[in-house]
Amino acid sequence: MNLTFATAERVLAQLRADRRTIALVLVLPCLLIGLIAWMFDGTPVLDQFGPMLVGLFPLTVMFLVTSVATLRERQSGTLERLMTTPVRKGDFVAGYALAFANLALVQALVVVGFATLVGMDVAGPIGLVIVVALLDAILGCCLGLAASALARSEFQAVQMMPAIIFPQLITCGLIMPRDQMPMLLEWLSRVFPLTYAIEAMQSLARGDEWADIQGAVGVIALFIVGAVVLGVLTLRRRTA
Amino acid sequence: MVNNVPGAELAIRIRGLSVERGGQNVVAGLDIDVPGGSVVGLLGPSGSGKTTLMRAIVGVQDRVTGTVDVLGLPAGTPSLRRRVGYVTQEASVYRDLTVVQNLSYFAALAGVPAARRRETVGRVVAEVDLGGHEKQVVRTLSGGEVSRVSLAAALVGDPELLVLDEPTVGLDPVLRRDLWSLFRELSRGGRTLLVSSHVMDEATQCDRLLLLRAGGLVADVTPTDLLRQTGAPDAERAFLALIEGSAAEEAAR
Repeated sequence: MNLTFATAERVLAQLRADRRTIALVLVLPCLLIGLIAWMFDGTPVLDQFGPMLVGLFPLTVMFLVTSVATLRERQSGTLERLMTTPVRKGDFVAGYALAFANLALVQALVVVGFATLVGMDVAGPIGLVIVVALLDAILGCCLGLAASALARSEFQAVQMMPAIIFPQLITCGLIMPRDQMPMLLEWLSRVFPLTYAIEAMQSLARGDEWADIQGAVGVIALFIVGAVVLGVLTLRRRTA
Repeated sequence: MVNNVPGAELAIRIRGLSVERGGQNVVAGLDIDVPGGSVVGLLGPSGSGKTTLMRAIVGVQDRVTGTVDVLGLPAGTPSLRRRVGYVTQEASVYRDLTVVQNLSYFAALAGVPAARRRETVGRVVAEVDLGGHEKQVVRTLSGGEVSRVSLAAALVGDPELLVLDEPTVGLDPVLRRDLWSLFRELSRGGRTLLVSSHVMDEATQCDRLLLLRAGGLVADVTPTDLLRQTGAPDAERAFLALIEGSAAEEAAR
């Protein structure tokens, strides 16, 4: 456990040294939400779709940041070195997840705060919007960690985003309500985590309470655990 | 060519080690003994299997057959990770962190308690002669300085066995001399060092030399015997004589 914290502390120190990435992580989603708020000024679009975007942007941004960060660790030889130290694979993955969860929390607060500022009026409790946005961001981190195991180069790592996030985006119910989709696609959307994130946010936008979204939140939490386990399993101590 | 020193505890004992990489045996049927408390030089041309052998010893090499015992335990045993320090050929430290941030992290991983970390980091910074650079971000250091940060990161845990892959590459003669005197000092304190190098004059600083060629052991000798056997005036020419001799032998077969 100590080594998990030591690793999280080290990753956070690296993040702190990289001010530009922090700025991008915090400012970029706000900028995009600002554009939408401006575009649909005077309509209820932001109230309906704002919460979903607030959940979606952190997921994609954190996915990219984590998958590149862990790939960099593999390529710089530091991962190989870590594998010769007492650090366990679980410490490594949990350390990364913990560090990025910190960043995700700041991001969720800033993005939800900004969206409210530019006129997003959520019918449900705003606190729950922040919780779901945070879980989405953590999910993005953990998926990024697992995906980076599949990538052997930066080119491949960047492609993991469209490969893993886009199919979820298409079927999550944002483009077309899921009950109007062909049956097969509707089933497919059921096994993607983003579906539940969007479902929870749609529900909060309608004014639902914790009792209505706890099922979806539970599924997101399960996906987070699953992605962490996958991240640990795909880490190899011995390499060719 | 196994050299058994009676009574001496073996730090590394290798029997019949073969390693397959990319469909080829890059190390084939190796038998090696490294006595505890000694400085052993691992020499050989590029591609002779030095790094692969070292990776097998620290337990990160895949597709290994044969026996590799390190400090009496099979290589890769979790408890060994606290007792063995490994420095890769390319400096493997976090370039976006400062020297102290790097070393504190590796000290934490090596199990140095938080209260003693500052003192430990101070000690290794002095050992690798990086005083004054503590707060500097590694990216801004010179190549030789970065490789010494990488070496220091292995020293923080005060390991019983140090496996160093080309630790003196890119260093000037003064620093090389200082590092070798540090290695000698560590071995006097009972530590065992396996050091790969292709700088031949460094060979004379070792207690024993292992000469690899094409994944096989060509010689396991003391520096004095190496010169006597080959009749060469210096280590470099002795090394060439042995390598060419073994290549000619192979061609004749």
